[in-house]
Formats: sequence, C-alpha cells, structure tokens
Amino acid sequence: MALKGAEIMKMLPKTNCKECGYATCFAFAMKLVAGGAKLEDCPYLDPEVKAQLEAAMAPPIKLVTIGTGENALSIGEEEVMFRHEKTFFHEPGIAILISDKGVESEIEEKLKRINAFDFERIGQKLSINLLALCFESGDKDKFEALVKKAYETTEFALILISEDTDVLFSAAALCADRKPLVYPITNENMSAAVPKLKEFGVPAGVRGASIEALVSVTSDLKDAGIENMVLDPGSKNMVEGIQNQTLIRRAALKKGFRPLGYPTIAFPCFMYPDKFKETVAAAALMTKYAGIVVVSQADEHFILPLLVHRFNIYSDPRRPMTVEEKVYEIGNPDEKSPILITTNYALDYFIVSAAIEETNMPAYLCIKGTEGLGVMAAWTSGKFNGEAIAEFFEKYGMPDKVKHRKLIIPGVAKKLVAELEEDLPGWEIILGPLEGSDIPKFLSEEWTA
Amino acid sequence: MKYEPPLEKISENIREAVLGHGEKALKIGGENTLPFHSFEGTLPNPPGLALEILDTEPENWAPSVLEPFEDVVSDPVNWARKCVEVFGAEMLCLRLVSTDPLGKDGSPQAAAEITKKVADAVDVPLIVWGTNMDEKDAQVLTEVARVCAGKNLLLSPVSKGNYEKIAQAALEHGHAIVAQASMDANLTKELNIVLCKFFPPEKIVVDPTASALGYGLEYTFSIIEEIKQFGLADKDKMMQMPIICDFGGDCWRTKEAKENREQGILWEATTAISFLLAGANLLIFRHPEALKLIKEMVV
Repeated sequence: MALKGAEIMKMLPKTNCKECGYATCFAFAMKLVAGGAKLEDCPYLDPEVKAQLEAAMAPPIKLVTIGTGENALSIGEEEVMFRHEKTFFHEPGIAILISDKGVESEIEEKLKRINAFDFERIGQKLSINLLALCFESGDKDKFEALVKKAYETTEFALILISEDTDVLFSAAALCADRKPLVYPITNENMSAAVPKLKEFGVPAGVRGASIEALVSVTSDLKDAGIENMVLDPGSKNMVEGIQNQTLIRRAALKKGFRPLGYPTIAFPCFMYPDKFKETVAAAALMTKYAGIVVVSQADEHFILPLLVHRFNIYSDPRRPMTVEEKVYEIGNPDEKSPILITTNYALDYFIVSAAIEETNMPAYLCIKGTEGLGVMAAWTSGKFNGEAIAEFFEKYGMPDKVKHRKLIIPGVAKKLVAELEEDLPGWEIILGPLEGSDIPKFLSEEWTA
Repeated sequence: MKYEPPLEKISENIREAVLGHGEKALKIGGENTLPFHSFEGTLPNPPGLALEILDTEPENWAPSVLEPFEDVVSDPVNWARKCVEVFGAEMLCLRLVSTDPLGKDGSPQAAAEITKKVADAVDVPLIVWGTNMDEKDAQVLTEVARVCAGKNLLLSPVSKGNYEKIAQAALEHGHAIVAQASMDANLTKELNIVLCKFFPPEKIVVDPTASALGYGLEYTFSIIEEIKQFGLADKDKMMQMPIICDFGGDCWRTKEAKENREQGILWEATTAISFLLAGANLLIFRHPEALKLIKEMVV
C-alpha cells in the first residue's frame, strides 16, 4: 500500500457525515488502508480525487489474469520479498513450450502427454498451467494450425510467441476468447500492437533488453491504455534472471515504482539447451519471483520436481498444513496391532498412513499435535519429546488398546529412543525406517505383537 | 518516471571460514550481500560443494545413486579418491555410519582411524559427520579431532547437548565445527552464543538441518533466509556464520528419487538450488551428477 491513512484523509471531504458507516473521515481513511472499506462507500468523493486515490491505493504489483474459467492463471499482487515475512500469494504458472517447427506427429504426441499429466500431493492436484506456442517455422499456416489444435484439444491457458507481429495477432484472433498472453510486445512493435491488444482484450507479454528498456515500454503502453502486462527483462541465464526479477520486485514493492508493478515471465527454455539445467533454472526462477516460467520439457520426471517445488515455496508459512491430533485406526486394529506415532504435520500423516494402508496390516497411527512441526523441529521445541508422547499415551488410553508393549517411532527420531524408554517404562521403543516408503517392508518383516 | 536500480548496500559481512589445509583449502562465506546479488555487494567465495562418502558400505541406496560408486563403496579411501579424481569434488563429507549406537555401534578409535586414512589419501577439505547422537558423537568426534590434529577438519554435528567436549577438542587440535540447531533461528543463535564464549566464531559453520524437496524444504528455505536477514540486514553478529546444508541422503530416500534416476538427480539439484537461493554457503551432495549440474550453473 503506497498511501498512509493520514495522506488519504487529506483527500477526503472531511465533513464527518458518517454516511460511509464510519464515525469520522479519519476512521474511514484508516479502514481504507487496513482493507474493509471501499472508496465507493463515500458518496461525496470527487470523481477525479477518487481516480487518484484508486491509482495510489492499487496493489504495488498488478494482478494479471491469463486464460479464462477454471484454467485461468492469476499472477501478481505479491506483497513481500521473503516468504517468511508473510507468504507468497499467487503460484507462478508453469508453461510448456511447443514450437510449430516440429513434426506434426511429435507435436500431437507432446500435447497428448501434457493432457495426460496427473500429479497429486497431500490430497491436492498439481498441474502445469499454460502452453507456450512458438512461431518458428516461418509458415503462418503451420503456426495457426498449432494454435487451433492447442485451443481445441486442450484446456490450458495459452501464451503466443512470435517475432512477427502480424502472425502474432492473427493467431491471437483465433483464440482471443481464451485470453492468451501475447509475446513479445516491444518498443518496436508497440504502435502496431496496441490497437490489437485493445481489440482482443488480451494481456501483453512485454519484452525489453534490460529493466531500463522495459520501463520505457511499460510506461508508453500504460499511457496508451494497456493495463495488463507481464514483464520479461530479457534475462540470458538463471543468475541474471534472479537478479532482474529481484530488482523488479523490489522496485515495485519498496519504491512503489509503477512502471515495474507487474508480474514477470522467464524463459528457461531459451536459456539452457540442457534439459536438467532448464529444470533447475525454472525452479530457481520461480523461487525468486517469476510469475510464469516456460520450459520445453513435457517429461513427467522433469515436471514433477517443478510442481512440488512450487507447492513448497508457495505454501503459507503462517498456516502449517496440519491434521487433527488423535489416534487414527487404520483397518480395524485390535490388541495385537502395531502402534506407530508421528507428528500432525500433514505430510508426515499422509506418508505414514498411506504406507500403512499399503501393508494391509491394521494399525494404530497416533498423531500427536505438534502445530504442524515435523518430527525433529517438534522434538526440539518439546512438542514431540518423551514427556509429550507419554502424556499423549495417557490421554488416549493407548495401554488399554493393546496387549503388547511396543511403540514404533519415526526413524529420524533416534534421540527419542532413550527419552521414551524413561518416560514410558515397560514399553519397547522401536525405531522405524528413515523413509515412509520403507514402512511396508519394515512392518511385514519386523512386526510381531 | 526514471528508473533507479533499488540497491541495498549492507555494511556487514557473513564470516569467512577456511576449511581444510594446504593448497586445496577452501574458503566459504565472506559475502556482504544476499546470494547472487553481485549487483549490490561482493560475494568473494563461491558456495562449497561437497560429495558425501560413508565409512561403511551403504545399505538400501537407490541403484541410481549407488551406481557411480559401485566399484569403491567397500573402501572409504578408494571412494574418497574416486570422488576427487573422477568426479572432481573439491570437498568431501565422510559420514561415520559405523559408529551409530543404534546400528553397528563401532568404536570411536576405529572411526578415527578410518577418518585419518581418508584425510591422508586426499588433499581436499574434509567434513566429518557423526550420527546425530549427542553422546556418541562427542566420543567419536573428540577422538577424530585428536587423531587428525592439524587437518582443519569440519566436525559435525555439534549440538546443545555436546558442544563443550567437541568444540574444546576442535580448538585444541585445530579443527572447525558445525553448530547444529534444528529448524529454529533462535536456537541457532543461542548455540552460537554459548560456543563463542570459548570458541573462535570464524571456525563455526551453522546447520539449521535440511529437508528434501517435498518433505519440508520450505521450512529449511525460510529459516536460512531468516538467519541471513538477521546476520546481514539486522547486523546480528551471532547470525553471521556461514550455513551448511546436508540434504543428499534425505533426497535419495524419497520415493520420487528412488523411482527414476533423472527425477532423483533433479530432486537433489532443485533442493540444492533452493538452499543456495536462501543463502547456504556449503552443500553436501550424494549424486555427482547433481553436484556437477549445480556447479556449472552457479560457480
């Protein structure tokens, strides 16, 4: 937020008419800053002043939407440089590049593979977001055929890439209702592009050779009435990309510099011919602020690390993913069934419960509330130490549920063994495998009541 | 509107630590800016990239991470040599698995002997990692410190529960240490404070404990970023030690790494790049391909 309450106050009518629902204009101003009140609530605001205020109060990084409906991608409106300061809000889009230069059957194969992607993690579907269709063949018909095919046979949001501006917009005309991102809009093609951008109402992928060059293009586009932009400062490699995107975000957030107040796009696909490097660069560029990364791979083993990476970095640090503390009974356990314990960090629960289900062996899975901390962090902070686990056992009556006296604890919690032997006298403490995926083997080979 | 690059100059430095001895000694840290921010500060040393070896033949390693070492895993000295000579490792981490009290429970003397052999066989700096069991690590690492006097090893981990003994031995015999505090910036600081009462701060590297991609990576990432903010922007001297991340093993235990070689290499490499972006100064890899990939991209 660029304006403070006192600055807004100066621009209000200062009549304290209360018609906005607040006791004074000052209270209204404060509420505007904090969020909750809208400028429209003041019936006496001069339209010109209202426009000024709107501009000044707009988020420092504009929210830009590409695509429509369920598959629309919204990026921007980020508020911090570091996720621990608050959180990152809008997951970056992952785009897969498809060139029209390829053989038709290969293109078809690639589209099929992408359509068939099906990734899931902790009960959430993970998905790529966009197809980046690239005009390289020199044959306009070929490119249009590709655009049509992607438009008709997939539901992804689209990016259109063409150095030939005429071809770019003739392709945009074919899929304008899906609101594709058209790229590149540059200093050179701007005057031809502006009327088309307005006609189709599509967002502009703006390219400059440097941040300075970008600033002049976005300023001119803004003056020409273009609002929705995604920025490419022309980074040539990963490190340059990180640096450019850091400066762009910092200028927008910390300096309120409007010409750079848009999300960014990065092209690892053009930076590295090596597919491993491309993937690592994409992960890095997503971490450091890209709104979209474009990769060339449609190989699930290269896409999964990126999806999981984004999932991690964009998870909300203010709300650790947790499950309820309780004893989960998996498959009707009885007095001879094993007891396993772990934390209520959602990932721990999902990994261990899935592994137990895989064995078909009924079991008690004790989930100790640790405020979402994993095993070692919870141990350090006293939420998953010998004493805490002994209390849990008491509270949930574990000794009455089974005849044996064996407890399986997470493999990483070696330091817990001695503690628990002290705090749970009479119980044998068994260190489980280090990795959840080894639990089935462990239970079937090691467990006897 | 004229664009002025919004640079942020920082007057503080991360401490520079020297690891190993002789010609192949390596410096880490020393930067006065955030990672990759060469546009507004100086980063005198590239991140240290170490390869991991075990003192015992590995059990349950995924075939794709065992494969590069298959001919040498039965002998830590050959394993170390191959890492340096074939894979170009500039630093090694010897993990003393044999000493695990819940496993073989081997003697500190035997472990120190193996460490000495490895340290004599290669000239690159050596990190020596215990089994994360306070009491046993104190016995093992003090013995290693004594037997390998003057090698300037990096002894790890040193925790709240055993720092006095290990740090004292490191001081006496000329080694550096890894101060480990799990996933909490304040605990990291507390441990540094008690250590610095008798131990030189420039010989401390901190380990916030690392998690693999998909298995808690975001916690490690943010704690490293926080520590760097405290150290550089907030000028907290007790937060200015270089940071080490040990994640190769965690990555290769995941089902994602086990099920496919390429995916495994990327699992380790993307975990690595995240920690470098957060500010880590020293990384321990398990797969030489992952190390090579990162090295080519950042160094």
